[in-house]
Amino acid sequence: MSEPVIKCQSVYKIFGANAESMLKEANGNVDAKTFQENGCIVGVNNASFEVSKGEMLVVMGLSGSGKSTLLRCISRLTDATGGKIFIEGQDLLNLNNKELIDLRRNKMGMVFQSFALLPHKTVLENIAFPLQIKGIKTEDSINKAMDMVKLVGLDGRENYFPRELSGGQQQRVGIARSLAVEPDIWFLDEPFSALDPLIRKEMQDEFLRLQEKLQKTIMFITHDFDEALKLADRIAIMKDGIIEQLDTPANIVLNPATEYVRKFTEEVPREKVLLIKDVMDEITSDNMGDIKVSKDEIIENVAEKILTQEKTAAVTDGKNNIVGSINPAKIINTVFGGRKNNH
Amino acid sequence: MELLKKYPKLFQWLFLLAVFFALCFAIDVPETYKFIRGQAEFVKDPNQSAFVFLGKEVRYYAFDVFWRLPPLLGWLPIWINDSLFFLMNDWMPMEFWNEDTQEYKTRPLVLQITRNLTAFMTFLIELIREILLGGLETIVAFTSWDWIDANPWAELPGLPWTIVAAGSAILAYKLGGKGLALYALLSMTYISIFGQWKPSMQTLSFILVAAPLSFIFGLGLGVAAYKSKRVEKALYPILLVMQTMPQYAVLVPALVLFGVGDHAAVIITMIVAVPPMILLTLLGLRAVPPEVIEAGRMSGCSNWQLMSKVLIPTARRDILIGVNQVIMVCFSMAVISAFIGAKGLGFNLLLALNQLNIGLALEAGLCISLIAILLDKMSLAWANKQVDYFGNLNFFQRNKNSLFFGVIVIVGILLAYFGSIYFKDGYNYLFEVPHNKGISTADFWNKGVDWIFDTFFVYIKAFNTWLIVDVLQPMRALYLRMPAVATLVLVVGAGYLIGGVRSALVVCGLTLFIALSPWWDRALVTTYMATFGVLVSCTIGFTVGTLCFQNKHSTNFMLNVCDIFQTFPSFVYLIPVMMLFGITDTSVLIAVIVYATIPATRYTIEGLRSVPAGLHDAATMSGVTKFQRLFKIEFPLAFPHMMLGLNQTIVFALFMVIIGAFIGTEDLGQYILKALSDKKGAGIGLTLGICVAFIGLIFDNLIRTWVGQRKKHLGID
Repeated sequence: MSEPVIKCQSVYKIFGANAESMLKEANGNVDAKTFQENGCIVGVNNASFEVSKGEMLVVMGLSGSGKSTLLRCISRLTDATGGKIFIEGQDLLNLNNKELIDLRRNKMGMVFQSFALLPHKTVLENIAFPLQIKGIKTEDSINKAMDMVKLVGLDGRENYFPRELSGGQQQRVGIARSLAVEPDIWFLDEPFSALDPLIRKEMQDEFLRLQEKLQKTIMFITHDFDEALKLADRIAIMKDGIIEQLDTPANIVLNPATEYVRKFTEEVPREKVLLIKDVMDEITSDNMGDIKVSKDEIIENVAEKILTQEKTAAVTDGKNNIVGSINPAKIINTVFGGRKNNH
Repeated sequence: MELLKKYPKLFQWLFLLAVFFALCFAIDVPETYKFIRGQAEFVKDPNQSAFVFLGKEVRYYAFDVFWRLPPLLGWLPIWINDSLFFLMNDWMPMEFWNEDTQEYKTRPLVLQITRNLTAFMTFLIELIREILLGGLETIVAFTSWDWIDANPWAELPGLPWTIVAAGSAILAYKLGGKGLALYALLSMTYISIFGQWKPSMQTLSFILVAAPLSFIFGLGLGVAAYKSKRVEKALYPILLVMQTMPQYAVLVPALVLFGVGDHAAVIITMIVAVPPMILLTLLGLRAVPPEVIEAGRMSGCSNWQLMSKVLIPTARRDILIGVNQVIMVCFSMAVISAFIGAKGLGFNLLLALNQLNIGLALEAGLCISLIAILLDKMSLAWANKQVDYFGNLNFFQRNKNSLFFGVIVIVGILLAYFGSIYFKDGYNYLFEVPHNKGISTADFWNKGVDWIFDTFFVYIKAFNTWLIVDVLQPMRALYLRMPAVATLVLVVGAGYLIGGVRSALVVCGLTLFIALSPWWDRALVTTYMATFGVLVSCTIGFTVGTLCFQNKHSTNFMLNVCDIFQTFPSFVYLIPVMMLFGITDTSVLIAVIVYATIPATRYTIEGLRSVPAGLHDAATMSGVTKFQRLFKIEFPLAFPHMMLGLNQTIVFALFMVIIGAFIGTEDLGQYILKALSDKKGAGIGLTLGICVAFIGLIFDNLIRTWVGQRKKHLGID
């Protein structure tokens, strides 16, 4: 396996005057309560994980859970109090200012919840901004920015000011700006949280379309569990600065690690999240019907087919080899049963 | 008892007032007390007492301590003065190389620094002035007088007015489009044909040095304060005092340090104009959303890029208000600094006012206002300028403005040349219309004033007499009748009731400083005039503001009117009132009222505007009438903002009262004016200025504390 793009080893972020000395004393055993009594607030508590190339890690948590702080540690907008962070093997915390600026100019892009557009610049100038900061000639940067404008579907509005755009359009500008330098790593900090539900769905689809095309390494922050399930390759669920569970959406839904995670999964419509392969049984010959379903299909899409037939269906992989089976009872059990067990 | 529990604050206030009046009645006016006119404090008199402190003798009329405190700080002005002189003349003498005499010369350090500074300023001003008007100082600065004598051709010729007028129109067109260009052209032409060209260009050259320098320093210090808490803490008290310090008062010490002339005026203008610029820069930078800063960082900005490309442009709105303030202060100082020998329109204005030639004063004042508005609009347009990336223009289209200007220069020079042939014997009107040789409407205005005066003399006089005898004199007497102790109790009590011990201590300190200075009586007169002005201004401002707010168009109209009035230099306000009321307290007070009504109106409208629309709708849905909505919802919510307006109104009123000294008052301002012509006036002027600033700060502290609590109570920001 190749080198992970982002690698965190027990990262801590603690706010407060004597955070560092307290962290040293705690010796890797940070208790939020004792820290708070001493005037320190724990933002991120012992976060370790890796993100590999082209993967999308969604960090999910409620407000105050430390998810944005974690992202800011990894983009080094704030310095982590303890631990190590590697970006493509480079030790992030040991970079000097110039190296850090270089890294940001070439490797990183970030999208913000409140869009964070520069109010005095037009759409085009906003998107060209990181390029111009890099020192690219005005003409080239404007041309490149114009490509980005087309990519996010804002052509015709390139000379508008941010205040003249709707929220969704503003975030498109934010996305285009973060992509202008063609970064390898893409940070998104609750990019769709400030948008209306319909626009949000549209933007999520758009985002997936872009990602399919661009294949960036992504850290995506959200407080919306449904959004996390929809987008993520893997999800990290945070609470009080601690990563409660980090796993694929299916595993989180099927095997919540803690009570806190389970609460989120309760209301989730499983048939929309789980794939056939997550629930299929071994190959069997009992009561086999003649239906074949792909293992990468979402349950919802094939449930009707299997259920109306009332026979076990064969599960195939991409090359049409049979790799398992699934019977209607299993489907019913997955969709309705799981929830019953939990109550 | 129950009432007392229900309204504890009300009873505390009543109790305070009761104590105040009790003290007023209990302490009799000493028989020997009379309001001292003129500069009697400085005359030796056997009835005076005296004490010696730090080797300085202070003489004063002693009264009962409850009635007037002895001027224990009387040594301060003398001491400031002596230290200033010591600094300038004796401290740290050093050897400096003198270019002219080609030898080393011993000079005190401070003197050398200030002289170099003034030489630099003079050079800048002369450079611009000579581009506009012609002259040889600039060439002299690079060579020497001997060289000029040997080469009599070497002289900057100056630009014909046609070129300057057309040039400013082109610049205005480039920045702000046709409307602004037309305005620029018309005002420049007006200035020229009315014979105000030379003084206007002198003023302009002064402004073109003072305004950019103030802007740069203000922005720089504002950024420094934003970046370092320590810088901010060091600057804050100075900024606070400078905000309420009358511009007059800065003149006097600067006079000692920098001498007389345009250069000193530039430095003083910077001292006055930089503080608001710093404050607004700081305010703007603080308000930049953190995510925008992060976005800048993630775009790979270095610290410098972050500041220049992200922070400052994003804070543009507040910084532009700062620029507007700088320009306002510059123009207002352009007039005031005529007192210390700055040339230009201000000087003419003062001269005309002195001769009671209202018509001339009006013309000069109009020119100042025209240029002020032009520069203000141009700076605004410049900051809002947009770039077109897809113009695909060819060389001529891209450079059409510069080319056009080139053509104008040639045409202008040709015109001037023809002019020199055509007007062979007289003045070359196509080059420059000499001062007082243009069209003048002064006679018309003077006749108009005379006519108004003759026709309405009886009514004006009656009004004037009534106001002075029945309102002003009694009010003034009441203020002077207050025993010092009673005033102190009132002010400190108010401080305690509003802001607790801390506020009480601050206010007490400020008041004591004034009470212990030799000018308590004068301060009372200043306060009385300011109070009167503020009361009337607020009544008018709050009423007009509220009425205008009822309709969207009138709201915008009123805000625009406020904008334009604010651009007028403060001195200009004296012209029309002197026209009508001559040299009386009434004139000063009416100028104060007109001037101070601007912030009162503006803040009322903005306060009412700041009431959230949701509340508005909620109130309407609960079925309130228009009046109920106004009194139950809009006023209470807008009140904190309106009180900040009151704060500004007080500052404006104080400024105008002090400037009113020019017409003739008996307050602190008059003494500042006198200190200007006094060789040892620096200390006196500065101390007086601080006294005025402290009067402002007392109210400032009380109002801000109250507003802060009120806002917290209402949950506004």
